[in-house]
Amino acid sequence: MHTWFDSWALTLVVFIPAIGAVITMLIPREEEEAIKWTALLTTLATLGFTIATVAKFDFDKTSTLQFSVTKNWIDVINSHYHVAVDGISLPMLALSSFITVLCVIYSWNHFPEPHNPKAFLALLLILEVGMNGTFVAQDLILFFIFFEIVLLPMFFMIGVWGGPNREYASIKFFLFTLFGSALMLLSFLALYFKVDVPGVGHTFDMVLLSHAAGAGLVKSTGLIIFGGLFVGFAIKVPMFPFHTWLPDAHTEAPTVGSVLLAAILLKLGTYGFIRIALPILPEAAKSWAPWIGLLSVIGIIYGALGCLAQKDMKRLIAFSSVAHMGFVMLGISTLTTFGINAAIFGMVAHGLITGMLFFVAGSVQHNYGTRELSRLGGLLKQAPKMGWILGFCVMASLGLPGLAGFWGEFPAVLSTFNPGGNLSQPLFRTYMVVAAIGTVLAAGYLLWMLQKVAFGVPKAEFADAHIHDVSSFEWTAWVPILLLIVALGIFPNIIFRVTDDAVACQTAAPFVSKTTTPVSPSLKCPAAPATAVVTAKRSGG
Amino acid sequence: MLLNEFLILAAFLFCTGVYGVLARKHAVLVLMSVELMLAGVNLNLVAFGAFHHSNIGQVFALFVLTIAAAEVGIGLAIVLLIYRNLHSADLDDVDTMKG
Amino acid sequence: MFFLDRAWLIPLIPALSFVVILLFGKRMPRHGSEVGIFSVGASFVLACGALIRWITRVQDAKGGTALGALGRSIGHLGAGSGEAQVLPVLHHLTWFQNGGVRLTVGIQIDGLAVMMMFVVTLISLLVHVYSLEYMRGDRRFTYFYAALSLFTASMLLLVVADNTLQLLVGWELVGVCSFMLIGHWWEEKPNSDAALKAFLTTRTGDIGLLTGVIMTFFVVQRATGVGSFNIVALNSAASNPKVGHTLILWCAAALMLAIVGKSGQFPLHTWLPDAMAGPTPVSALIHAATMVVAGVYLGARVYPVFFNGFSIGAGGINPMAAIGGITVLIGAALAFVQDDIKKVLAYSTISQLGYMVMALGVGAWTAAVFHLFTHAFFKADLFLGAGSVSHSGSHHSFDMKTDMGGLRKYMPQTYKTFVIGTLALSGIFPLAGFWSKDEILANAGHNDYKLFLVVGLVGAFMTAAYMTRCVYLTFHGEYRGAHAPHAVPHVDEAEHDPIDTMASVEHDAEVHSPHESNRLITTPLWVLSFFAVVAGFLNFPHFDKFEKWFQPRYPAAFAEIPTLANPAAFNIFLAIGSVALALGAIGIVWAYYTGKLPQGLSERNALAGKGKRFLVNKYNLDYLYEQVIVGGIKGPIAAGVYWFNQNVIDNVLNYTGKGAQALGRFTYNVIDQKGVDGIVNGLGTLTGDSGGEVSKLQTGRLQFYALMLVAAVVIFAGALWIFT
Repeated sequence: MHTWFDSWALTLVVFIPAIGAVITMLIPREEEEAIKWTALLTTLATLGFTIATVAKFDFDKTSTLQFSVTKNWIDVINSHYHVAVDGISLPMLALSSFITVLCVIYSWNHFPEPHNPKAFLALLLILEVGMNGTFVAQDLILFFIFFEIVLLPMFFMIGVWGGPNREYASIKFFLFTLFGSALMLLSFLALYFKVDVPGVGHTFDMVLLSHAAGAGLVKSTGLIIFGGLFVGFAIKVPMFPFHTWLPDAHTEAPTVGSVLLAAILLKLGTYGFIRIALPILPEAAKSWAPWIGLLSVIGIIYGALGCLAQKDMKRLIAFSSVAHMGFVMLGISTLTTFGINAAIFGMVAHGLITGMLFFVAGSVQHNYGTRELSRLGGLLKQAPKMGWILGFCVMASLGLPGLAGFWGEFPAVLSTFNPGGNLSQPLFRTYMVVAAIGTVLAAGYLLWMLQKVAFGVPKAEFADAHIHDVSSFEWTAWVPILLLIVALGIFPNIIFRVTDDAVACQTAAPFVSKTTTPVSPSLKCPAAPATAVVTAKRSGG
Repeated sequence: MLLNEFLILAAFLFCTGVYGVLARKHAVLVLMSVELMLAGVNLNLVAFGAFHHSNIGQVFALFVLTIAAAEVGIGLAIVLLIYRNLHSADLDDVDTMKG
Repeated sequence: MFFLDRAWLIPLIPALSFVVILLFGKRMPRHGSEVGIFSVGASFVLACGALIRWITRVQDAKGGTALGALGRSIGHLGAGSGEAQVLPVLHHLTWFQNGGVRLTVGIQIDGLAVMMMFVVTLISLLVHVYSLEYMRGDRRFTYFYAALSLFTASMLLLVVADNTLQLLVGWELVGVCSFMLIGHWWEEKPNSDAALKAFLTTRTGDIGLLTGVIMTFFVVQRATGVGSFNIVALNSAASNPKVGHTLILWCAAALMLAIVGKSGQFPLHTWLPDAMAGPTPVSALIHAATMVVAGVYLGARVYPVFFNGFSIGAGGINPMAAIGGITVLIGAALAFVQDDIKKVLAYSTISQLGYMVMALGVGAWTAAVFHLFTHAFFKADLFLGAGSVSHSGSHHSFDMKTDMGGLRKYMPQTYKTFVIGTLALSGIFPLAGFWSKDEILANAGHNDYKLFLVVGLVGAFMTAAYMTRCVYLTFHGEYRGAHAPHAVPHVDEAEHDPIDTMASVEHDAEVHSPHESNRLITTPLWVLSFFAVVAGFLNFPHFDKFEKWFQPRYPAAFAEIPTLANPAAFNIFLAIGSVALALGAIGIVWAYYTGKLPQGLSERNALAGKGKRFLVNKYNLDYLYEQVIVGGIKGPIAAGVYWFNQNVIDNVLNYTGKGAQALGRFTYNVIDQKGVDGIVNGLGTLTGDSGGEVSKLQTGRLQFYALMLVAAVVIFAGALWIFT
C-alpha cells in the first residue's frame, strides 16, 4: 500500500523548515512576534511529520529502508535524490526535529546580543534542513550537500551571536570542518570511481555501495578511502586529536547554538561512521578499528582530564563531550551489533543530556552574567529548581543507571570484551578497563562542577542578586528533555528495539565472527537491492 | 625543402626580441622588440605551412599581423598616456602594480 | 504464593512514594513524611509476608521435593545433594534487546533475598519513624523523606535482582542516594566534600563492578553459549570447566574491587567515616545496616564466582579473606582514637564489614550472611542511640570528650539500649553478635584458615575494648556538655534552622539541658535492641533455623561448595575463649577509665566485673594489658595507623585527585593549547607568512615578470628535453 504520505513524508520533514526560513525572511524585522510564531509553527509542523513518520514506521522491519523515495537528480554522475529511513536514522531524525522545537521555545525571550530574531531563527531553520536531510539521505552527494548546509548557519550563529572571542571560534570551527569535508568529498569520489557495484556500475547510492561492501577495491585503496572518511567524520565527532575546535566553538556559541552543536551536529560524524564508513568499507574498517578504539579511549581519559582543569562551566561541559563521544566511538570501534546499538543510544542520550546541561549553563550565565566556576556557588539556594535540574543532569551525564546516559556507556564498554571482526581481544579488553576508569573521572569532574555551582552559599558578589528561577519558557523547553532522559533510562528498549535489527543487518553484518555474541536466529535482513533502485540501474550503464 | 634555415632565422629574430623586451628600458623599444618576436613566430608559421603544403600557416600569419598591428596601436597609446602622466617612458618607473 | 510471586511490589512501593513525595510532599499536612512511612510500612508488611511464606516453603520441603517447571529448567545444572530442595521464586520480563540478546529485569526470591528484604524494610521503617523527631523542622524535611524513599526502593531493587545488571543499577542508585543524603546539609563545604568523597571512592570500586558484571555476562556465555547476566545461570556456570579459571579469577578480582569500595574495605574505607557528615538516621540506615553491606550481599549472591575464582576451598590465604582480615584490625584500631561518637561507630562498622568479607573469604557463607543480619540490628541501634544522644543530650554535637559524659542519668532509655547494642557488638553471650561472630570464627578454624581465626579473635577483643570506651565517655563520668564553660556553639545549629511551622518553640527550649528523647526516638531503639538480643538465637546450635531457612538449597546455586553443606559445628571452647576475650577487654578499658579500683562496675555488669577480676587477679596481666596493649593500641599503634590513614591513604586519594587535576591542567595548557592547538594555529600562520613572502616577488615591474616568464619557459622546455 503506497500512499501519498509514504512518498512525501521525508521530503516534507526536510524541506518544511526551508519554506519556513523563506517565510521568516519575508516578514519585516519589526514583526518579531510573527517571526517567532512562524518559526515555532514551522518546527512544530516538522516535528508533527516526524512523529507521523514514527507512527507509520513498521517496527517489525526496522532493518528495511522505509518511506523510500528515489528520483533522478544528477544523471551525469548517476546521483539520485534518494531519501529513506530505517532503524538507524529514525532515532536521530526524531531527536533532531525534537530538539529544534525546544530550541525555538527556549529562544523566545533569550535572544543573545545583537538580538535580531529574524536572522537567528531563519538560520536555525536552515540548520534544521541540513540536520534532518543528513539523517535521511541515502545518496552520498545528497548526504554531502546536507552535511555542508549545516556548516554555514552554525558559522554565522557563532560568529554573530557568540561570546567575546566569537570570530576566532567561528572561523576555527568552519575551517576545521571544511578541511574534513574536503577529504570526505574526495573519499566519496574515490568510492564512486573505484567501487564497481555488480550490475549497476559506478554509483553514489549508499544502499548499493553498502551491499557491494567495497567489492573490487584493492586493500590499500580501501584503507586510504576509509582514512579520508575517518578524518571527515572524526573532526565532526570530534575525536582526539581533532577536537580542539569544539571547546572554543561551544564556549563562544550562543546557548541554542551550543545545544544544537552538542545534541545534533556532533552526531552527524558518528552517524557517518555507522551509515557510511563501516558498511561501505568493512575490510578497511577492520584495520582501522583498533586505532579508532585507541583514539576513543584516549579521548575518554583526555576529555576528563581536560574538564578537571577548566574554570568555565560551559567549557567544562564542552570538554565532557569529548569524553562522552569517546564512549560512542568506542562502541562503534568494536564492530559489534551490541556496541553500535550502544553508540546510537549514546548519541541520543548525549544529545539530550549535554544539550540540557548547555541549556542550564546558558541560564546560569543569563542570571549571573558569568560562568566562572570560582565565582559561582549556592545555585541550589538561590534558584533551587534550576539547581536540582543541574544535579539531575549531572547524574544523568555521569552515567547513572536508570537514566539515559548509562545505556550508552555500559553496553559500549561491554561490547569491548569481545569485539567483532576478529579484532584483538586483549587490546580491546585493555580499552574496556581504561573506559571504566573514565567513568570514575567523569563522576569526578561532573560532581566537582555541581559542587562548585550548586552547593555551598552564594559568593558575596551575588549574595543579594535577584536570581530568577526556572521561567515558564524554560520549563516548556526543558521538561520534555528531562522526561525523555528518565524514560529512556527506564525503558532503554525504546531505542534498542528500533536500532537492533537495523544495526545487525546494515552495519555489523560483515563483522560477525564466532567469538562475538551470535545474532538472534529470528533476525531477517532485507535482500540485496537488486531491484530496489531500478532507476539507478537504468541510468548507471 | 630547406626548413632548418627558416627556423634558425626565426629563432634568431625571436631571441633578439626577447633580449629587447628584457633589456631595453624605453617602452617604445620594448614594443618594437615584441614586434620582432612576432615576426619570428610568423616566419615559423609560414615555413611550417609551406613544409606541410598547407596554407593554414599563412592564414595564421595574417591573423597575427592584424592583431600585432592592433596591439602596437594600443601599446603606443598606453605609452603615450604613461609619458604624459609620468613624463618618462622608462619602464623602471612604472611599478604601480607592485604587490 | 502471593507474597513471593509479587515481591516486585516491595521495591515498587517506595519508588512510587519517592515520586509522590517529590511532586506533592511539600503541600501535604506532614510534609511528605506520612507517605514515606506508609509506603515503607507497606513494604515491610509485604516483606514479612514473603519471609513467612518462604519459611513455610522451606519447612514444607521434605527431601526430594518434586521440581516444578522452574526446577526442570535449572534442575539439570547440578546434581541434588539428597537434601530437600527449595527452589527460588523467579520471575522476569524482557527489559530490552540488544545484539540479539534479551536482557531481563526480574526477581530472584530465595532465602538470602527474603532475609535482606526483611532487614532493609524493618530498619528503613524504624529510621523513617525516628526521623520524624530527629529531622523535625529541618529545612529540607520533605526532600529528606523523598531521598529515604528512593534509597529504600533502590536497595530493595538491588536485593531482589535476578541478574547482575539489575544489581548494578540498584547499586549505583543507592550510591547516589548516599551522596544526596551525606550532602544533605550542603551549605557547609565539609558536608559536600564528604558526599563527593563517598561517591567517588565507591565509584572507584565500581570500576570493578562495571568490568566484573561485564565478565559475568561472558562467563555465562562461555558455559552455555548465550550471554546472560542471570545470577542462577552465573552461579552454575562458575564451576563449569568450559569457562576457564582465568576468566573466573578476573571476574572475582573485579567484583572484589567493587566490594572493597562499597563495603568500606581496606584500603578504600576512608570514605565511610567522612560519610558521617550526613544526618544520623542516614548513617544508621545507609552507612551501617544496608547500603554498605551491599558489597557483602554481592559476595554472597554470586558466591561461586569468588569460591572458584579465589580457590577458597583450598584454605591458607586468599585475597578476599586477607582484605577482610586487614580491615577487621585496621577498623578496630582506628576506632580507639576517635572523639566523635559517630566516627567510633563508623570505624566499628568498617571492622565488622571486614568480618563479613573475611567470613566469605574463609568459606563461611552462612556465617557471613548471619553476621550481616545481626550486625544490621545492633549497629543501627547504636547509631540511632548516638543520634538520640546528640539530639537531646549534647546540644547537637557528636564529640564525646567535650559535650558528653554522665548522660546515663538523663537518658536512661537511650543508655540501656546503647549498652545492649554495645554488648551485642562485642559478642557477649547470649546476645546476637556472639552467635554470628562465633560462627565466623568456628568456620575459619574448621576450613583451615587458622590465621584468620586469630585475626577474628584479636578483632573481637578490640571491638569490646573500643565500645566500652565509647560507652564510658558518653554515658559515665561527669557531664561536660552545654553548661560547661568551654561549650561552643556548633555549626549543627544551622541544621535546625526553622523554615516552617513544624519547628516548635518547645523544641528550642529543650535544647539547653540534657533530657531523654521522646518516644518517636526511643521506640525504634527498643525494637532494635530487641532484635539485637534475640536475632542470634535463630542459629542456636542444633536449632540452626537461620541456616535452614536462608541458605540456598537448590542445585544450581552452590552445590559444588562443600563447606556450605557442612558448616563447622559449634565449638564450645572457642565460644568461651572469645567471650572471655571480649569481657577481658571490657574490664581492662573500664579499669583504665575509672582508675585501679573500678567502683560499682560489678553492680551494673557482674560478668564484666568478674571477667576483669579474673584477668587482674588470676593472671596478673593488667599491667601488660593496660600499659602495653591498651596503651599501645590506643597510643602509638592506633595513632600510627590513623596517621597512616590520614596522611598516606587519604593523601594518596587527595593527591591522586590533585595529581589528576595537575595532569589535567598540564594536558590542557601545554599539550592541548600549545601542542595540538599550536599545530593547527601554526598551519594558519604558515599560510599567512608564506603568502607574505611570495608577495614580495610581485615587484610591479613589467620586465621582471617577463623575465620570470621566460625563465619558466626555459626551465620547462629544458625539463621536457631532458625527460623525453
